[in-house]
Amino acid sequence: MDFGNLFANYQEAAAMILFALGFSNLLLQKNLIKKIIGFNIMDSSVYLFLALKGYIKGHKAAIVVDGIQSVNAYINPIPSGLVLTGIVVSVSVTALMLSLTIRLYHRYHTLDIDQITLEVKKGGY
Amino acid sequence: MSKRVPKERYEKTRSYRFKQWLAGTKDPFLDNVEMKPQKEIHEPEKLVHEHELQHLQIVEKAYDLEHNAQIRLFQKLYNVFSVIFCLSLVFILLVGVSYLPQYGREDNPVNNEVSARYIEQGLQETGAVNIVTGMILDYRAFDTLGESHVLFLATCTVLILLRKDKKKKQETAEYNDRIYEPKNDVILQTVARVLVPFIEIFGIYVILGGHLGPGGGFSGGAICGAGLILYLNAFGFVKTERFFTGKTYKCMCFGALACYSLAKTYSFFTGANHIESVIPLGTPGAILSSGLILILDICVGFVVAGTMYTFYVMFRKGGY
Repeated sequence: MDFGNLFANYQEAAAMILFALGFSNLLLQKNLIKKIIGFNIMDSSVYLFLALKGYIKGHKAAIVVDGIQSVNAYINPIPSGLVLTGIVVSVSVTALMLSLTIRLYHRYHTLDIDQITLEVKKGGY
Repeated sequence: MSKRVPKERYEKTRSYRFKQWLAGTKDPFLDNVEMKPQKEIHEPEKLVHEHELQHLQIVEKAYDLEHNAQIRLFQKLYNVFSVIFCLSLVFILLVGVSYLPQYGREDNPVNNEVSARYIEQGLQETGAVNIVTGMILDYRAFDTLGESHVLFLATCTVLILLRKDKKKKQETAEYNDRIYEPKNDVILQTVARVLVPFIEIFGIYVILGGHLGPGGGFSGGAICGAGLILYLNAFGFVKTERFFTGKTYKCMCFGALACYSLAKTYSFFTGANHIESVIPLGTPGAILSSGLILILDICVGFVVAGTMYTFYVMFRKGGY
């Protein structure tokens, strides 16, 4: 069996496993807050993957030092910027989901998604 | 020129009839369609009651989680299939990773001419020592503007969702825990009195140094917001609301976003028409350098600090 670059890219493999872990949390947990935590784990794995994509061995962070402006001195700045964008969006999405959860809790007095759907089906509202 | 029409003639026109129909003064079906008076269904009270009971029993039985075999089977299948799905997802992603180029190499396809251009020309073109800041606030500033708007929109939505009903009296702990929170904690207040100024100064330093080193509007704004939250926890809403309310947040955010948009409009306009921008780039490394980036960083910092603080206040039970 050929593993290709799987072992050389073990950090990226870890990011992928983290992603699936978050996704299984999203599928299997019944508590809404835990679902949101799973969603955040998925987000973080994507940031890890992006940051790894931009890294170059032996190169420094993309801040110009001593006027050296060579590609051989710095890492790729684009994935860093993308991670920044992703973090901000994830903060907003998390806040939105949590506030919706609070509304649901005020209405149904439970965080269990099964209980909530059951009550919706029973009561029809 | 409009002509005055006599009333009898006007009453025959379509528009008059349409207006009559719209106002509901005349029913167009009344003399045209044959109609029978409807019979009202009379059901004895007892029967209605019985029907309702029957319906309730059916619902109870259908959604009884412990005794309904179908639901239990579905839940078991759901769990099994979600585990299988996640495992296959891991497998597919790992196969994908094994085909990716090796990590950390210089000749990877990610490190193409775009990043080379940012690194080699970034300092001359944007004036920012920090290449990432130069990238996100100059080359890709439109993206960052959208990000700030996402933050603002998220806060607005949270403000709508967690809004307090002022008409109802909800002075219970579930809706407002301000009445029950401990007040005047000496240790917390003393620590906050020492720490908050330093946190705020550090946040401002990170915001202002965004183009010179690690930092920028997002991280510095988050630090400033954290300092505000500490202050709020130590001294309570009475003191913070003297200078920061929901209205302050909205005005501040709107001002910052409008300033950002105006600054970026100017730079897009000059860039698209090949006009030299009058804003000097300055010497790299000085605090007043790199053109518009400093202003944009400050705007972003305001938005982020306000947003962090507002999120915290909204998620405390009580609201603005």
